[in-house]
Parts: sequence; structure tokens; C-alpha cells
Amino acid sequence: MANLPQTSAPIYEALERFRRNRVVPFDVPGHKHGRGNPELVELLGDRCVSIDVNSMKPLDNLCHPVSVIKEAEELAAEAFGAEHAFLMVGGTTSSVQSMILSCCKKDDKIILPRNVHRSVINAIVLCGAKPVYVNPEVDQKLGISLGMKLEAVERAIRENPDAVAVFVNNPTYYGICSNLKEIVKKAHEKEMKVLVDEAHGTHFYFGKALPVSAMEAGADMTSVSMHKSGGSLTQSSFLLTGKGMNAGYVRQIINLTQTTSGSYLLLSSLDISRRNLALRGEEAFERVINLAEYARTEINQIDNYYAFGRELVNGDSIYDFDPTKLSIHTLDIGLAGIEVYDILRDEYDIQIEFGDLGNVLAYLSIGDRKQEVERLVSALADLKRRYQKDKTGMLSQEYISPKVVMTPQESFYAEKESLPIRETKGRICNEFVMCYPPGIPILAPGEEVTDAIIDYILYAKEKGCSLTGPEDEHIERLNVLKR
Amino acid sequence: MEMWFSDRHTDGVKLSIRIEEQLFSAQSEFQRIDVLDSKEYGKILVVDGDLTLTEKDEFIYHEMITHVPFAVNPEIKDVLVMGGGDGGVVRELIKYESVRTIDVVEVDPLLVEVCRKYMPEIANSLTDERVTIFHEDGVKYIRSKADTYDLIIIDSPNPFGAGEGLFTKEFYGNCYNALHEDGIMINQNESPFYEEEAYQCQRMHKRILSTFPICKVYQAHLPSYPSGHWLFGFASKVYHPLNDLKKVEWKLLGVKTKYYEPRLHAGVFALPVYVEELLRDVE
Repeated sequence: MANLPQTSAPIYEALERFRRNRVVPFDVPGHKHGRGNPELVELLGDRCVSIDVNSMKPLDNLCHPVSVIKEAEELAAEAFGAEHAFLMVGGTTSSVQSMILSCCKKDDKIILPRNVHRSVINAIVLCGAKPVYVNPEVDQKLGISLGMKLEAVERAIRENPDAVAVFVNNPTYYGICSNLKEIVKKAHEKEMKVLVDEAHGTHFYFGKALPVSAMEAGADMTSVSMHKSGGSLTQSSFLLTGKGMNAGYVRQIINLTQTTSGSYLLLSSLDISRRNLALRGEEAFERVINLAEYARTEINQIDNYYAFGRELVNGDSIYDFDPTKLSIHTLDIGLAGIEVYDILRDEYDIQIEFGDLGNVLAYLSIGDRKQEVERLVSALADLKRRYQKDKTGMLSQEYISPKVVMTPQESFYAEKESLPIRETKGRICNEFVMCYPPGIPILAPGEEVTDAIIDYILYAKEKGCSLTGPEDEHIERLNVLKR
Repeated sequence: MEMWFSDRHTDGVKLSIRIEEQLFSAQSEFQRIDVLDSKEYGKILVVDGDLTLTEKDEFIYHEMITHVPFAVNPEIKDVLVMGGGDGGVVRELIKYESVRTIDVVEVDPLLVEVCRKYMPEIANSLTDERVTIFHEDGVKYIRSKADTYDLIIIDSPNPFGAGEGLFTKEFYGNCYNALHEDGIMINQNESPFYEEEAYQCQRMHKRILSTFPICKVYQAHLPSYPSGHWLFGFASKVYHPLNDLKKVEWKLLGVKTKYYEPRLHAGVFALPVYVEELLRDVE
């Protein structure tokens, strides 16, 4: 498919040629290779600012690629086993939104688990689709949302034969995978598209002994956060499409919202990272898996922590597990995950990915070394010695089944009023509430507020979770629909 | 021919020593190790380009990091040395008959080998039958130990290299846990003089202070180290370094030294005003 070998990096090479030619810039950006902004050069370095340039013939144009960006797309498609790959500069959020907007129009139904990233429901607000939620199973001990049971997806498909797409997380933030291959089969039988959020699954395409990737499972579109496990710069991402999609139409959809000034720092980082993974991904991710397994073994030797792994696999709601994810259940030491997360940062100078009510997640990647893992394990041991307490009264995360009263779009744009959180019971919410990270909504527009939801929000706030979404930045009031 | 080795003390300050000969140079799994020979300082051990010890002034460092805790608790039996693959601390430790076991955790086997070959006067101490060397990560080693040692000496050169983990709060916490109920921990605490090291010095002090009930800083004069003014930390669960000083008992042990002496003991804990202020800022 691609004319070039995976050892080449066409965007990076074009930038190098451009730099050597010492082209005089009478175009944007106005910092002109950094000369107009010495403080920026001091911060980012000369090399970095000298390739922060605009689209031009030798460097191609992200809105309509014909040369080096097109070649980079072809190489990426080949490396990931996709029909087409799009280089994205608005984060995986923009990839996810483009997937939804490519498949759903106003009033179309989309089947999805509730533990989706906020970007999914944001896109549904934009396009006016109707979400049909499948209850993700919840592990009662750990308090985490799992994958969708196949039977539950089949039921949703049966009950909503007019749905246009099924949306799947592969994997969830915690590394849990649904039976993607079978879901694709069932959806395709009813001519529904399968859209996959692989924000946490870039490595599935390169490592051995990892869960199946979306493209391999036959999905129609997937969003791959290259900047997470793939090593590219923050905000860069890939959108991949399969055989069933019209790439030209997807490009039009992307161009509805994507910048026309795509950053070449992001684009070249995607290009170089794709090359790195294609050439060295397998061994790199084997190292990551071994490091994560080592950390799990060491952490599980400390009483009352539980670093979970493949033993959770049950053939359905946990169809597979991503062994690079290092999640640790902390409730048995009497601390919420978010409390452990805060203590690790404030007292031990260790920043981990996130903490929820019962767990923390440490993100391991191709940049990690054993000595840092030793620090993390030792810090957990010391933290337990200092802070362990009685665990009674600790809440664990529960799945609160949303009561969808109207579409997210309808409620988002409806007339609203602001009420203190305690007084919103029974009302229809018109905004999102989520803990960040992982950024999964507790409440989405169009859903009824219940006591369970109010209690959950207030408890999460008290434990120090970072709540986002509502207009009121202190999350003391919520916007609900006027009666 | 003139050959000079420059040890970078800050971005703008270097200490240069004229070198007669480079005796050894290799990259181990963990770090680059060089041994140089000079007229003024004798043999010099250089790790990752930083001067680590010289034959001329190593006695000051090793005596001060070892004898201060023994003068407070002359009964010390079980000792752990973190780092210290050069054998300098162990050479001082084996002067005490009361010492029963000396565990040395030195991650890099090549460092031990090189020191034994090129600096046998220092490193031959490691062959003493009370010594066991563990070539593993110190952060990992200490994690599984509880109520095991009377004394832990943290002899790690700098907070940015292979020994970075030995300057962390989790490490100090696990050391606390590995000590008996009257245990003492000694660490090299950097120099208070140059800005970057002074900052590290504060951070270490703050972390140890939040772990041990007693935490006092003392000083020595180390000509080859940045600024020449060096600090050590004395952290302890019960013993106070001055109130519990056992001058006479220590003297009776007859330990031979060139720098340390109980008369000096009170003096080294009397810090210059600017150092006191630096430490007080984090207390």
C-alpha cells in the first residue's frame, strides 16, 4: 500500500530539508524561526522553533494532503493495518468526535457503554444523536467499570435495530477489553458501524501477547492516542478507518472542526513515533509488559494493596486485559485512590496518572526504567506504613445507571436554571459532571439527577477528586432544565 | 605534556587537578567509572565525570560518616551501608570489635572490582568476614527489611545519578522501618554553599525530618568536594547526638582516627548562621 518503507519518515525528512535550505520566511508564524520571540527560544530550544512552520508546498497541507503528509498517512495505515490513517492534531478527542460525526446524524441511535470519555458525549451533543447505553459490568470489589457483556450488546442491537453504530472502549482506562471481534460480527450483521476508542491501546498494534486491536478485529473506525503509549507529543493522535468507510467523507468531517494550521511539531512527532513503533515497537512493549508484571509482583507482596492483572479475565465482561496497565486497589489500606494519588505527589514527588475512589493507576510506557518502578513500589510501602487506617465508611465506585430523559443535544440547548446541588433531585441535568481523570461522565446532559448521583458527587468532592464539567466552577450548583 | 581533570562544581566553577595517568576507564551497566592518578590528591575515583573520592582526603569523609554514630551508641552491632562500594566506610566500621554484621548494598559490581584493584588500601576492607555485599537496587533491598539494623549509613555520591533513589522520602521511610527501635541513620547531606546543592540539602533535611523524631546536621571540611564545606545528617529514633554522647566509652575503645575525635564532636554540630537558617527554613 505505502510506496515507502517503514524506515522512512517523510514529514520529518521534509522538515530537515526545509531547515537546511535556510528559507527566508515571509509567511506565518510570526515568530520567524524564533527570532521575534527569544524567550520562547530559550524555553523550547532553537531546533524546536525552527520547525514550527506553516503549511507550504514542500511540507504539504493537513487539510488536503497530496505529498509528504499523504505519504506519512500511508505509512501509518500500513503500520496499523488500516485502510486509511489520518494524522490528527486536536488530540484523541478530535479523533473520537470525527468518528461519531462521520457515522451519526441528528436522531440517529448509537449504542455505547456509559464509561466512555467525555469527548463521545460531546460529539453526541453536537450532532444530536440518541445514546443507547449498555450497562458496563462493575467489579464489586474493585469498584471499576468493566467491558460490555456480549449478550448485553446483542440485546441492545435487537432492541434498537435502527441504531447506526456501536461504540466500544478497547481497552478501558484500567486495561479491560470487551469481546471486540464478536461485537464487530454482531454489529455488522445488522449493518451497524463499529467505532472504537483506543486511546489506551496504541501498543495493541505492535506488542506480542496483547489484546486484539480494533483494525484486526474488523472495526470500521478507531481513535489511537499515539501520544499516550506511542510516545508522540501531547495532542497528537491517529484516526484509522477500515474497509467499510469512505476516507474522502471522513476527511470532510475532520475538516469541519480541525485547525487549518496543523502544527508540524505534532505532525513530525507522529511520523517519527510511527517509525519507531513499526521498527522497534515489539521489543519496546515487551519491556513495558515485563516492567508492569514486575511491579505487580512487588506491590502484591505488600499487604493490603492489590495490583490486578490477567487473573481478572472472565471471558465476557473482562474478555481480555492489557498487561501494561498498572492499577492498584487501595481501599484495604483505608485510603481512597485519590488520596493515595495526592500523597504520592505531595509527599513523595511521584506523579501518577489518576486516582479514583478505590484505585490508582500508574501509567507505564516506553520511557520507563526499573529504578523509577522501585521508587513507586517503595513509596507505596512507606505510605502504607504511615497512613494505613480503618477502611470502614469508605465508598467504592458504583455504576449508577443513567436515566436518559431526552437527547444530550436537546437538553444542552434547552432553557435552564441553576440550583444548589442538593436541590436538583428529580430534575433533568443540562450539563456534564465528571471526575478528571479519567474524564468519564457521572452525569450527562438530558439525564435525571438522583440521590445516588448527588451523594456520589459530594463524596468524590470531599475526597479531593478534581470534578469538571459544570458551569459553576466550585461544583456547588448544577444547571437543570426549567420546569 | 600536561593533563588536567576538571570536576565541575557549578556552571561557573571548576576544580582542576593535574593528572599523571589515567589508570582505568569503563562504562558499566549503571555508570561510567574512571580512575585517575595525581601527585596532589593521589588516586581519584571519578563516576559519571564527577569526582567521587581522592586518596588524600577520603579519610575525612569516611571517618565523619562512621564514627559520629558510634560515639553516641558504642554498642552498635548490625550495620547497613547503602552505596559504599569503594570500601571506605567499611574500613572504618571494621575497627569496632562490637560490630557483628556489615551489609553493603552496592548496585554496581564493577565499582567494587575497580576499587579493589586500584585502591586496595581502602577497598580490601570489603574482604572482612563480617561483610556481605549485595549487588542490587538499594531502594528495593530496604523495602523488605524491618527491625534489622542498629545503624544505616547512606553513602551515595549525588542525587542525580544511579543513586537518585537513595535521596527520596520513600527510601528514608523504609530505612526507618529497617532500623531497631534505637536505630540511627547517617546520610551525606551535600554542601550548603552553592545554590543547587543547598537546595538539595534542604530537601533532604526536610524529608528526613518528617521521618525521624531526631534529625541534626553536622559538618566537615572536605577539600576536594564542591565548596569544601560538607554536611552530614544524623537521624535517630531515640539518641540525641550531643546529649547522649559517650566520650569516655568511645575513647576506651581505642579506635585510631586521623580526623574524628570526641572533642570535635560538639563542634561539628555547631553550624554557621547561614547554614542554620537554610535548614530552619524547612523545619
